[in-house]
Amino acid sequence: MSAGGAAAYLSSEALRRGLSRRKILDQVFVLVGLIVMIACLAVLAILFIDLVRDGAPRFGWEFFTNFASRRAERAGILAAWVGTSLIMLVTALCAVPVGVAAAIYLEEYAPKNWFTAIIEINVTNLAGVPSIVYGLLALGLFVYQFDLGQSIAAAGLTLALLILPIVIVATREAIRAVPKAIREAAYGLGATRWEVTKDHVLPYSTGGILTGMILGLSRAIGETAPIITIGALSFIAFLPQSPVTSEFPFISFAWLKDPFTAMPIQMFNWVSRPDQAFQANAAAAGAILLGMTLIMNALAIWIRYRFRKKINW
Amino acid sequence: METAVANEDAARNAPNSTPQSGSATPRVSIAVDDTRKVRTLNVKAAVDNLSFYYGQHRALKNLTIPIAERQVTALIGPSGCGKSTFLRCFNRMHDLQPDTRYEGSITLHPDNLNLVGAGVDPIEVRMRIGMVFQKPNPFPKSVFENVAYGLRLRGLRNRATLAEEVEKALRGSALWDEVKDRLQDSALALSGGQMQRLCIARALATTPEILLFDEPTSALDPIATAKIEELISTLRDQVTVLIVTHNMQQAARVSDYTAFMYLGELIEFDEAAKIFTNPAKKATEDYITGRYG
Repeated sequence: MSAGGAAAYLSSEALRRGLSRRKILDQVFVLVGLIVMIACLAVLAILFIDLVRDGAPRFGWEFFTNFASRRAERAGILAAWVGTSLIMLVTALCAVPVGVAAAIYLEEYAPKNWFTAIIEINVTNLAGVPSIVYGLLALGLFVYQFDLGQSIAAAGLTLALLILPIVIVATREAIRAVPKAIREAAYGLGATRWEVTKDHVLPYSTGGILTGMILGLSRAIGETAPIITIGALSFIAFLPQSPVTSEFPFISFAWLKDPFTAMPIQMFNWVSRPDQAFQANAAAAGAILLGMTLIMNALAIWIRYRFRKKINW
Repeated sequence: METAVANEDAARNAPNSTPQSGSATPRVSIAVDDTRKVRTLNVKAAVDNLSFYYGQHRALKNLTIPIAERQVTALIGPSGCGKSTFLRCFNRMHDLQPDTRYEGSITLHPDNLNLVGAGVDPIEVRMRIGMVFQKPNPFPKSVFENVAYGLRLRGLRNRATLAEEVEKALRGSALWDEVKDRLQDSALALSGGQMQRLCIARALATTPEILLFDEPTSALDPIATAKIEELISTLRDQVTVLIVTHNMQQAARVSDYTAFMYLGELIEFDEAAKIFTNPAKKATEDYITGRYG
């Protein structure tokens, strides 16, 4: 009886009928996926176009070379983009070495025990901590305890702390993608753990590590809450001290202790002004900030593509 | 299995370095059926009462096998019998995993080094004993850098010497003519069989004392397999070879000695000709004729 029951499903007639129904489901999924994706992209596109249209009167060379001003049409983002760039520099220089080293330790060196497991869970959890909490931590630790003040260094370190989990997680993923067979080949030739890491694991995972770094930085670039907390100024009419000096030793780190403002702070400041004219400035700054983020993400994708093409397991 | 350790021959045949009188390279003669002559050979590595544990699980049980110098010894047996585990004891690959333990000894002659001894550095062992893996695993670097890597690890920097050694290793693995014009190309551009021969060249470049093969042809097509088998046969002139294989014909074709393992134990060890024509144990015969495994 049961054999007869199955036969009804196995006749060529039934197969054809069943197949066309299953193929329709396949098409339905493609359609749904496409709609969802287009909706997401459309939201981003509309946002971006809207910002560009609102900010159109402000775009121009002077917007980048002027300091903030009481008059909207003369106000620019010079202090903000210089501040943001310097903060990103500090953030990258702090977060990347520490994050990559931590990831290497966790993947290649750490014994698999409860202690490592706790560290792993904590790293993942840190990625979910609200950024304002990092701001409060930084206010107490960097601004007051370490006496860095409301400086570029304090902001850079704060954001470094914020993106550290992102860098660690991305680096671990990249390291894990290096096949075990490659490690065994190197160990088999008599390499030490450090030689395996330095000659193989790191070079082959550079693409993934750089991608993680850039995604981390593009998160940090838009962060507002933590740098407000540590006391970014919103109106600033001077640049940090130049890192290059005319006197020996020609390089100065004095800029690290300078007060600063950043793109999102400047934007926030303009949005909250009653004068309608400043809305255009805010929109223009927003478009530029969004553009910077998109460029960074595009760079990440391009780097990943380059490395994937070179190394194809 | 009858092994006769003939120490009186050792003094005559062992290379100049015999550390002390008691530690002369042992020699092994393996009795074969009447039609063949008894051969007496140097022992390169003497496995004595070797057991291996993954945590509590005992994967290898009291193995005792002499590995003859400059001969090909094949390890055969059904999946999970411990042949790869055994092979990986020789270059301490297990040390990369936590919670593993060796008992017994593998004595490397002529200098009497216990490869699995607690005080012996696994990295030193791996520097002296090369390995070729199941799946070709070249580094995603140039052909040249792949072969040169082992020498670079040992501190060799001179470009001319490196180039010379790389060529020698590539010739040794019958790959030179195919890659001499693209030494700087990525090794990943080679075919599967070429990659595997590159991996053999990479291992040969550092002139290992023993070369381990872990099912080296299981990922290759029949033509590439034939080339690798031919290569292994020629390699016995320069290096002691230990090969794990699933393929009975392959073991019969390439090996001089064959060990049949089952459930972590050594069932039978003898000359390959004897194992494949007239095995002493019923279990060996059943396996070779395909009755299980």
